[in-house]
Amino acid sequence: MSRRSRWITLGAVWGVVVVAAVVAPFYLEGFWLQTGLFAMSAAVGAIGINLLTGATGQLSLGHAFFLAVGAYAYVYLSTDVGLPTPLAAVVAVILAGVAGGLFSPIAGRLKGAYLGIATLALIFGGQHVLFNAEPLTGGYNGRAVPPMELFGFVFADSPGLVLLNVPFGALERLWFLGLLVLAAAAAFARGVLRGRPGLAMNTIRDHEIAAGVMGVPVARYRAGVFVLSSMYGGLAGVLVALVFQRAVPDYFGFLLSLDYLAMIVIGGLGSVAGAVIGAVFVSLLPQLLTRYSDALPLVAEPGSGGVSPAEAARILYGAAVVTVVLFLPGGLLGLATRLRRVIPRIKELRWPNSAPAPASRR
Amino acid sequence: MTTFLELLVNGISVGAVYALIALGFVVIFKATEVVNFTHASLLLAGGFLVAKLHPALGFWLALAAGVAGAALVGALIEFLIIRRARVGSHGVLAIVTIGVDILLTTELTREIGTDVLALGDPWRDQVLHLGPITIAETRIVALGVAAALITAFLLAFKFTGWGVAMRATAEDAETAALMGVRLGRVSLSAWAVAGALAAIAALFLCVFPTPGLDRSTTAAAMKAFPAAILGGLDSTTGALAGGLIVGVTEALMSGYQSQLAFLGRGIGDAAPFLVMIVILLFRPAGIFGTKELARV
Repeated sequence: MSRRSRWITLGAVWGVVVVAAVVAPFYLEGFWLQTGLFAMSAAVGAIGINLLTGATGQLSLGHAFFLAVGAYAYVYLSTDVGLPTPLAAVVAVILAGVAGGLFSPIAGRLKGAYLGIATLALIFGGQHVLFNAEPLTGGYNGRAVPPMELFGFVFADSPGLVLLNVPFGALERLWFLGLLVLAAAAAFARGVLRGRPGLAMNTIRDHEIAAGVMGVPVARYRAGVFVLSSMYGGLAGVLVALVFQRAVPDYFGFLLSLDYLAMIVIGGLGSVAGAVIGAVFVSLLPQLLTRYSDALPLVAEPGSGGVSPAEAARILYGAAVVTVVLFLPGGLLGLATRLRRVIPRIKELRWPNSAPAPASRR
Repeated sequence: MTTFLELLVNGISVGAVYALIALGFVVIFKATEVVNFTHASLLLAGGFLVAKLHPALGFWLALAAGVAGAALVGALIEFLIIRRARVGSHGVLAIVTIGVDILLTTELTREIGTDVLALGDPWRDQVLHLGPITIAETRIVALGVAAALITAFLLAFKFTGWGVAMRATAEDAETAALMGVRLGRVSLSAWAVAGALAAIAALFLCVFPTPGLDRSTTAAAMKAFPAAILGGLDSTTGALAGGLIVGVTEALMSGYQSQLAFLGRGIGDAAPFLVMIVILLFRPAGIFGTKELARV
């Protein structure tokens, strides 16, 4: 494929994706919109943790805590303090960053899986705080999340709004907010990864000493990336809270952190696209299984005693994590790249007389 | 004072059990440099086998089966997955073990459901009166068994051929292989030993005063992670010290909960992790861990 035709295909693919994303709320029912919104918020969080784990090689099992900080800071600041909701969201993200910064004496010094174990403290300590700080978090039952209000436009079901004969409720409105937030988060992370910080992060991951010798302040970078990824976690938390319309402490537990790790491994470590693909996969899988549980052979309906859809999904993506690492280094994204390299070759085999590919690509 | 002594003995006993788990964790790390997140599910697997088999086989045979089963599961994970994963960094291997853990834990907790399974141990809820203090028999047995196993393990580590091979591998895997140490066997046996130790620990985590094996047992098993890391991941002494620190802290914090009400309910469960953070702040490599040095 020549360079120009590659640009054209790339442009076409992006065009289709963007158009599909914009039209989706006019066609999809609430269930799928909610699933899509979960995938978007998960993608934001996964991008953050991919910066940390994929690009810098620092494991974190504690990111559910930062989601909780984001979600509850938003609820507290908008309900109890009375800040306007957009400002509350921004401050919530900053607070998640501050929480990450407070952990930086540890995040900067420990490396890899050591940090993973240390971050377990965030989960268990965090759960303890969440269940005990009842005035702040509502304890076991959680708290209602006030809808976002941007320049007088409310992201909720009322006041009613009908667009092109489609009633535009909270989910439809949030859909576009989610798309914008995700796009911005992805663009920023891409910038970080492609610039000097990204190179420094990858060097720290691949060879800590080499990074230090080249003048990269290793500990400061590790701490910095941890703060950045905890802010992404906070942002994901705000989004999740807006979609759920209720923030329950139980949700922000160990399993959520594991979900996020599964996402980046399955999608592809170290890249923005990998995080997004993995987030979509891991968020869609349980919903798909729930929706079609009666049609699938091994999955029982929820509550009937067999393998429930949620459990089946968990087992499937646990297996997916193992399979990806064993057979598909680079994750689903790596698979796509490899297919792109293989398909032109197959075409060449079939039509030997067609225009030959440049020698460098053989 | 009596309460304090009781809590202390209980804490030491639970701590010895955590030390068993942490020891397995450290052995795997030393032999294969993998941080093994499947440890909690290995423990659950051992306990589950004992719980399911004891009505048919009797307690002792069931215990043997549980220990063998958990060792087998550990060995299989090593043989089928860890050995075959061709990855650049050990960090990614840690993530693989998380994947395996998701699989095993989901399936086991599904099997357990909402039940609380008894393990059919012979000590039941009998208590021992030592002067003014009252202690459950299970706690004494746990302490004795854990101490015996740890001693046996450390002796084997020091004096048997297996122990020498293990230590040589931990020191320098490549040189050890050149000297004729079979690395595959070393790592396989490390995983099996860790599984067996975890199964014994499962027994003592689920007997009186705990009601039995249920889905929250994994959370109890997770407390061995801070035990291992605060002692130092590459140190067997560290695992023992870490286990005791975690056990005693947890027992004291839960015991004096009413006096510590300002810290909130259930502080005992979070305490091990808080202690870990405090220690890591001062010694990032753990108390007995070796600081990584590199010549450039």
